[in-house]
Amino acid sequence: MLKIADRTFQSRLLLGTGKYPSFEVQKKAVEVSQAEILTFAVRRMNIFSEEQPNFLEQLDLTKYTLLPNTAGAKNAEEAVRIAKLARASGLCDMIKVEVIGDWHTLLPDPLETLKASEMLLEEGFIVLPYTSDDVVLAKRLESLGVHAIMPGASPIGSGKGIINPMNLKFIIEQSTIPIIVDAGIGSPKDAAYAMELGADAVLLNTAVAGAKDPVRMAEAMKLAIDAGRLGFEAGRIEEKEYATPSSPTAGMVTP
Amino acid sequence: MSITVNGRKQLELFQNVQQLLKHYGLENRIVVVEVNQEIVMKENYEMTSLSKGDVVEIVHFVGGG
Repeated sequence: MLKIADRTFQSRLLLGTGKYPSFEVQKKAVEVSQAEILTFAVRRMNIFSEEQPNFLEQLDLTKYTLLPNTAGAKNAEEAVRIAKLARASGLCDMIKVEVIGDWHTLLPDPLETLKASEMLLEEGFIVLPYTSDDVVLAKRLESLGVHAIMPGASPIGSGKGIINPMNLKFIIEQSTIPIIVDAGIGSPKDAAYAMELGADAVLLNTAVAGAKDPVRMAEAMKLAIDAGRLGFEAGRIEEKEYATPSSPTAGMVTP
Repeated sequence: MSITVNGRKQLELFQNVQQLLKHYGLENRIVVVEVNQEIVMKENYEMTSLSKGDVVEIVHFVGGG
């Protein structure tokens, strides 16, 4: 069970809602993923053109927890403004703090992320900052009182998987709040690996939305996350340099 | 010219936020309204009057990661 602040969730997969080929595919993908937390972005409404269907308005909102992000924010103040807009919808009080510091790599700005997190905590939000895999920054965020930390596996949308498992492991081991590996997941093996490292959950979007068959990939990710978590809880064997036989070495029928 | 809505100057006059949303057919949509960077809560739509030079933002949730 995943616990963020006072909320509990059965699913350890958080799913993004961007870039799906169609609403139909997206609806099915969300359903088979069994995700309970869905991320969204806040944007100006295009009120001047024909009415455009909105995915959120087609969802049964009683079934999902919304996790809006502050994507687009370049500093802490902009992130806070976006977060407040999101909360004013009356639909959510959780916020994914996302302050991009470099538009080429989309890597987060650590200082503005820290500042935004502090401001949002003061405003009473449930704060989930998206960060790089910096171990000390994670520690600083936790001491501020954030409710979960979401270190990236690799740059957003890159599908490069877990670039630095050592840092992620350090973050996981030192933290007493949930660690949600966010960004860069490319395939089910990456998601399983994150969970085997001991992550509490995985947040992904492009890996499902951009797959050839998003619905089947959503299921694959769900299974991978369940398998990775189960494996972590079961406790894997030690790695050894040389072979050890699985069959008994005594009672051989051949001399 | 009276107010700016989502970056565009509007010629029409709207007495309050409620009227503005009605004009764009947004009364029953999931939206959040900001006037001069101050959020207007739903219950205050009618009593929040609009005057010349006001800058209004109407935002909603879109797909994102």
